[in-house]
Amino acid sequence: MSKINFFKPDKSNLNIFLYLGSFLFFVSFLDVLLNSFFSVNLTGFLPSFLSYFFPLIVGFIGLYFIRIELSGIKQLDLLNKHINTNNFNAILSLLIIFIILKSIPPILSWFFIDASFAGDSKDVCSGTGACWTYIKVWMRRFMYGMYPNGEQWRINLSFIALALLGSVGYFATDKFKKYLTLYYVVIYPFIAFLFIFFFISGGPVFFDFSYGIIAAILSIIIGFFIPSKFKFYYFLIVPFALYVLLKYFIFYEELIELGKLDGLNWVETGAWGGLSLTFIISFFCLIFCFPIGMAFALGRRSGFPLIRYISIGFIEFWRGVPLITVLFMSAVMFPMFLPADFFIDKLVRCIIAISLFEAAYVAEVIRGGLQALPRGQYEAAKSLGMGYWRMHIFVILPQALKLVIPGIANTFLALVKDTPLIFVVGLLEIVGMLNLAKTNPEWLGFAMEGYVFAAIIFWIICYAMSKYSYNLEQKYKTDR
Amino acid sequence: MTVIAVVLVFGFFTYNAQVNMENRGIDFGYGFLSQESSFDVQFSLIEYDGSHSYFRAYLVGLLNTILVSVIGIIIATILGVIVGIARLSPNYLINKFAAFYVEFFRNIPLLLQIFFWYFAALRALPLPQDAEAMFGIAFLTIKGLYVPAFIWQNFNIFFYSIVAAIIAIIVIRYQAKKLQETQGKQTPVLLVSIGLILVLPLISFLIGGVRLSFEVPVLKQLATTSFIYEGGVSLPPELIALALSLSLYTATFIAECVRAGIQGIGKGQKEAAASIGLTPNQVLKLVVMPQALRIIIPPTTNQYLNLTKNSSLAAAIAYPDLVLVFAGTALMQTGKAIEIVSITMFTYLSLSIAISLFMNWYNNKIAIQEK
Repeated sequence: MSKINFFKPDKSNLNIFLYLGSFLFFVSFLDVLLNSFFSVNLTGFLPSFLSYFFPLIVGFIGLYFIRIELSGIKQLDLLNKHINTNNFNAILSLLIIFIILKSIPPILSWFFIDASFAGDSKDVCSGTGACWTYIKVWMRRFMYGMYPNGEQWRINLSFIALALLGSVGYFATDKFKKYLTLYYVVIYPFIAFLFIFFFISGGPVFFDFSYGIIAAILSIIIGFFIPSKFKFYYFLIVPFALYVLLKYFIFYEELIELGKLDGLNWVETGAWGGLSLTFIISFFCLIFCFPIGMAFALGRRSGFPLIRYISIGFIEFWRGVPLITVLFMSAVMFPMFLPADFFIDKLVRCIIAISLFEAAYVAEVIRGGLQALPRGQYEAAKSLGMGYWRMHIFVILPQALKLVIPGIANTFLALVKDTPLIFVVGLLEIVGMLNLAKTNPEWLGFAMEGYVFAAIIFWIICYAMSKYSYNLEQKYKTDR
Repeated sequence: MTVIAVVLVFGFFTYNAQVNMENRGIDFGYGFLSQESSFDVQFSLIEYDGSHSYFRAYLVGLLNTILVSVIGIIIATILGVIVGIARLSPNYLINKFAAFYVEFFRNIPLLLQIFFWYFAALRALPLPQDAEAMFGIAFLTIKGLYVPAFIWQNFNIFFYSIVAAIIAIIVIRYQAKKLQETQGKQTPVLLVSIGLILVLPLISFLIGGVRLSFEVPVLKQLATTSFIYEGGVSLPPELIALALSLSLYTATFIAECVRAGIQGIGKGQKEAAASIGLTPNQVLKLVVMPQALRIIIPPTTNQYLNLTKNSSLAAAIAYPDLVLVFAGTALMQTGKAIEIVSITMFTYLSLSIAISLFMNWYNNKIAIQEK
């Protein structure tokens, strides 16, 4: 055995350094472990300052001893490579290990050990831990808002039905695959719309929207006889004109009588709330903002200067202002611009505002995809004799959208995370309900539990979405 | 045809607006800005009370918005750069720790985080009378953070000394760059800069007659159970919660930008730099960072813009920013919805444009100069 130089661990004295180093490291680990889990201070005899830094110093010396390059022991080399490359890294690693060790016991005890789960009143929550009873008691409010308890099956049923209808794509046979796009872009949103507004809302609202349906069907039928040159403008204007015409001038009184069917009780949108409202708003905004954004992305690259400038103005305006002022606008400013007797529901205004806002972001993302495509794609499509719409629908957009899946997913994530902002117009989704619940005099002082609960829910939703978008990206990745 | 449609839509809206305003007895105009506002604001950077005009209230809100945005941007940048570099660390633990931080804070809505800090975390702080002093001078209590105020004598001399130091640093940097480009010599610019910015103000203290004293906040009893700190500077808990959550949230996005930027530099660049004998620090400073910045800056600009816009969430916890003071209180009092909301939106638009112009200028400056 050669002479040992303690300042320079080397391979020749591998065993001594290894045992000594791991022992010191183990001592420091044990010290922190005992300290945090059993509140035993091994080094209590030392001055408090030394005792505080004891594990760090000892652990550091230990790691220094076992930092031997090419020791020939696989695990040791891996360890050195990953957490112990130099002095600085060793200290950081130690600090992180200690922080984790120190934070486990308080978190565990707050979440589980000292927490109270049982009972249904505040009295059981006397410990130092979390009061999950509070969440349990308020669960219905957090999920459904002020929606009447007896009617909540309507929300559940609608969501289950929509989820089932949404999963049709997985079971479709090859024969029906080609209709899937049509189904998801047109039919599914329409069904969802019907479900939410006729089933969850209930009541005579039904026939208010039946005008819209009649107008849409009529205008599509007439649309077949319109020369294709004017079709775009036709569909831009005529359906809305027909709707207004039907609603205000033709058989208004007669149908309103029919609408008062003895069906489901009407629940006004002000009573909707909780997590279900988060879902409803996110769902509709996702559906609406995508086509609007696509239209403006195409408009921004259009050959007509007017359309281009309108699109640029639209996009830059919405991107420049915060969502909260947009919601303010929809709440206090927008009604000023409408005829006095024309009332749009608060929730609908909210959905329109958020959709327009997010559409601007979607537009910029899609524009990035459009710009990333090589010119050859456009030219090839044109040389095949395709027109503007045909070229975009069959050649450009499928490739461009594939490129921007991550960007769109990010925008959608931002949208879901933005839904709590609707508190501005007085709608209470889950965060709003939490704020309401924590001011209830019987349940004061449980703000922390509520926010942790909501944070976990949102985290799961957002994390799942980001993972799903990653899978989608991998699935549609084509080498070009 | 499109023109006609646009004109018709706008005409329709304007007509309705006129009718509605007539019905409610509101007249359109910005004259109200000079009227007396007669409401109070809790926290303001400039002198303000109810006797000042609405325009002054607007300024108070705007300054508060800018204050919280600037604080947030500074903290978020520092934290984001550290976490972004940490995510690329070869150290497994640091890497995972940074990844955990990013995934955790990125996937929780900002509003929820603000509420959490304001209503849950900061409410757990001690009352003013129970607060323990930090370093003997600052007090973190449920009513906010109280720090000592600086009381300067001959502040202008101190200010000039700092300006002189900054000018000297710019000149030295310029010379050092020139020296490096012509002769390849490296000068310790950072050390010299730190030295200058410390020494020059120190000289101003020694011979310039500058005096600095601290006004430490002192506990004062208002009633039997009501205590308050007097003197010093008090930062309200709203500001702390808002700045904290904004910077923690935005830092995750900046970290991702930084990571993407550094990863975007080819391995060959680093190896080439190392093979001509540069030390790891020099590789980072002279080769990787200048190139990575080009990738990092555009998305980071977006994050700064987002942070500024997100600072409007202050309205949720009653931090008196532009939205709360102007689009909230002032709108309630005057009822001039169109004017106030349009001013607010226009302000945010201008702020956004100002930030993006500045960052575009900076981006152009460091972009590749094509020959």
